[in-house]
Amino acid sequence: MDDPITHRTFVSYIDRTRDFYAAQGYDEPYRWAHHSEVPFTRPAKPLAESRLTLVTTASAFRPREVKEGVLRGGKEVWSGETAVTPERLYTDDLAWDKETTHTDDVDSFLPLTHVRAAASNGRIGSVARRFHGVPTDYSQRRTVERDAPEILARCRADGVDIALLVPL
Amino acid sequence: MSLVARHLEAGGIPTVIVGSARDIVEECGVPRFLFSDFPLGNPFGAPGDGSTQRAIVDHALDLLESATLPRTTVQVPFAWSGGSDWKDRYARIDPERAEELRRAGEARRAQQERSKQRRSE
Repeated sequence: MDDPITHRTFVSYIDRTRDFYAAQGYDEPYRWAHHSEVPFTRPAKPLAESRLTLVTTASAFRPREVKEGVLRGGKEVWSGETAVTPERLYTDDLAWDKETTHTDDVDSFLPLTHVRAAASNGRIGSVARRFHGVPTDYSQRRTVERDAPEILARCRADGVDIALLVPL
Repeated sequence: MSLVARHLEAGGIPTVIVGSARDIVEECGVPRFLFSDFPLGNPFGAPGDGSTQRAIVDHALDLLESATLPRTTVQVPFAWSGGSDWKDRYARIDPERAEELRRAGEARRAQQERSKQRRSE
């Protein structure tokens, strides 16, 4: 057994974020999505016959889009080709641990190289032509009503069977 | 992203989330969640660590295949190689930083106010 503990060992980002913004003078804490009901769909086919896509919260790298001195990620759903791993994606506007690590290795958060290998070795049927990017929106309504339906439509257009979703 | 997983799943596409913000994902409620207890930014493993990244892709595919109920969470059998100091460091509020944070918040609100005014002009 490891050493006994008095606190949980994983970070609560809900607690940490609330306290961090309160320290900056924001009185109203962010209200996180919470559901008691969760949908569930079993895979219709074996993985070896399934087409997989990936969804990321990163943005395409567009170095010229600097606004008020800050480069902003896209505000709309976007798609990229899965055949080649992009050299880099834009993540500076997202909340991740910039003191500890970096995101220069795209496969560390969007493992295109490794899912292509899984298709080559027969673990999955194929990788869909496109992966998709979804903006991290403060508004859950925009995510639910605008972005998620757009991702679903693009998945259906590409004949996707299963999806690997990766928030940074 | 958890909201997207729910929408795809309800639309008939099975999903698995691989991520490191366990409470945010689990409170939202998703069908399948592979939890990496890593700093936010590299849920598949450290930059350059291709073997861990590949292994975590394999675990994600296993989870897609094996889960029989929604809210299935599995934790990857890897620890962050640089130790666990990052857990206390992320978004910490040191007493000596409190004033700095308060000022940063004020500056941000002022800038948001200016942007709002420009948009309404």
